Amino acid sequence: MPDTLLFAMEATLNGLTAGVMYALVALGFVLIFKASGIFNFAQGVMALFAALTLVGFQSGQIPFSHLINAMFGTRLHHFGWNMPTLLAIPATVLVMILLAVLVERFILKHLVNQEPIILFMATIGLAYFLEGVGDIMWGAEVKALDVGLPKGMSGAVDDVTFAWFGYGFYIDRLEIWAAGIAALLVAALTVFSQYTKQGRALRAVADDHQAALSVGISLRFIWVLTWSIAGIVALVAGIMWGSKSGVQFSLSLIALKALPVLILGGFTSIPGAIIGGLIIGVGEKLFDFFMSPIIGGATENWFAYMLALVFLLFRPQGLFGERIIERV
Amino acid sequence: MLDTSPTQTTLLEVNNIEVLYNHVILALKGVSLDVPKGGITALLGGNGAGKSTTLKAISNLIHSERGEVTKGTILYDGRNMVGLDPADLVKSGVVQVMEGRHCFEHLTVEENLLTGAYTRNDGRAAIAAELELVYEYFPRLKERRKSQAGYTSGGEQQMTAIGRALMSRPSMILLDEPSMGLAPQLVEQIFEIVARLNREQGVTFLLAEQNTNVALRYAHTGFIMENGRIVMEGTAKELRENPDVKEFYLGMSDKGRKSFREVRSYRRRKRWLA
Repeated sequence: MPDTLLFAMEATLNGLTAGVMYALVALGFVLIFKASGIFNFAQGVMALFAALTLVGFQSGQIPFSHLINAMFGTRLHHFGWNMPTLLAIPATVLVMILLAVLVERFILKHLVNQEPIILFMATIGLAYFLEGVGDIMWGAEVKALDVGLPKGMSGAVDDVTFAWFGYGFYIDRLEIWAAGIAALLVAALTVFSQYTKQGRALRAVADDHQAALSVGISLRFIWVLTWSIAGIVALVAGIMWGSKSGVQFSLSLIALKALPVLILGGFTSIPGAIIGGLIIGVGEKLFDFFMSPIIGGATENWFAYMLALVFLLFRPQGLFGERIIERV
Repeated sequence: MLDTSPTQTTLLEVNNIEVLYNHVILALKGVSLDVPKGGITALLGGNGAGKSTTLKAISNLIHSERGEVTKGTILYDGRNMVGLDPADLVKSGVVQVMEGRHCFEHLTVEENLLTGAYTRNDGRAAIAAELELVYEYFPRLKERRKSQAGYTSGGEQQMTAIGRALMSRPSMILLDEPSMGLAPQLVEQIFEIVARLNREQGVTFLLAEQNTNVALRYAHTGFIMENGRIVMEGTAKELRENPDVKEFYLGMSDKGRKSFREVRSYRRRKRWLA
């Protein structure tokens, strides 16, 4: 088999796993957009905040210790124990649910029936607020996150591909795990939204707020529910990206990578978010592989956005976005 | 098509309510009406008369449209309901079918119906039985149960909306403009089903309608609204035979049907409006 083909295959596989990571972030956007028509600018920061909180819990950091030290001249920083990961994750989930309750109480409740752009602006405010709170609460230094997921080259993939092609592919084990977890997450979300009463209510709210109110669905409860789920998805994304590249401010910028994914997959489709992510991941890697020698590299930075632009021109609702139903 | 209300107990009593939108627009200027239990009551009037606002004030859906009841009381079964959450109202048996149907477009017809049972906690079996009952009244919906509601016809959507309201097992349905955008034959069919539901299931209806003719044939009592006020009330028979109603709302007079232009010139003479 020619080398080029083998390299292209490796790039494709790497692209698929990278795409899953993008899709994880995009999922959170889709959930909130579907249920409330809000483009949640804070989704990336939520992932950062979730990861920070998780690391903080794991390492037994005292929240707001810098603030407390500055105010009272104390020298607090750690409780002196480590929380096991299996306990720290549920604790972080609780924090994300609490965040959802607060967002509903202090932001959404007061903006019922406002233009989507106003809600969007509110989420920009939320993003900056949360970023600041995250900083004050847990400190601004780069932290390593380890939840016990395996890292490094996958020996199995290397062995198998070497046996087949005489060339071992390099795939990160973390990304294989990420793919598995994303699949589980999507399956769980699909079952929830298609087959449960609350899931149906969630889709009903997405379609028509007024009608949902008229049948007795509490919008406030549904919003808390949606933001909680989005918070949990943000936590999963935060864990994956945090394990990969450390927990630091730049984690919140992964939200930017989710934008082209959303434009491709459609803002309203969960499968769209996944497939959009995969297309961007693979497209990015393959384009880089074939075009870099010609145009001089660094295409990964802009390829996704260019692809998104093309989509905006020819298929603005995305690949899987809900068709705007218009009966004649 | 009875002209006398079947029972004399009042289920809903609206006392002199005022509704203010956005803190400035006074949409209802002291509306009072009572709805007898087990009857069909029609709320009639032209565009902007305040019919929808009255219904939304009762179901408290005006709250999400930045409206509020600033004066008066709304008593349902003797309980004041002003400011109650729409969800609580549905639980206590009052549900609204909104103007323009408002189906959940991307849900199937059956899913639409099931959302109607959101507030119920009496188990799957009871809800499934309710679903069968709705299908009995609307056999057409059973055929379309797997279709996305957004792609069904206007009549099917109206049926879905009424069926969805029924799923909460209400004692009272506030039905806003069921005839809107439907062919006359279909309007007749919908009203026929409303009358049957009233008779067989004992559901009390308060319906807002512009189609005075049809509404007065199926209702027991009626109220006529203009400019945010009730200007006339009576049994359906009284209203049907009232010369003013005949002229202004049914477009008829002793000399037979009038042209729209003549009716308009008569409108200016209306005394009972002010």
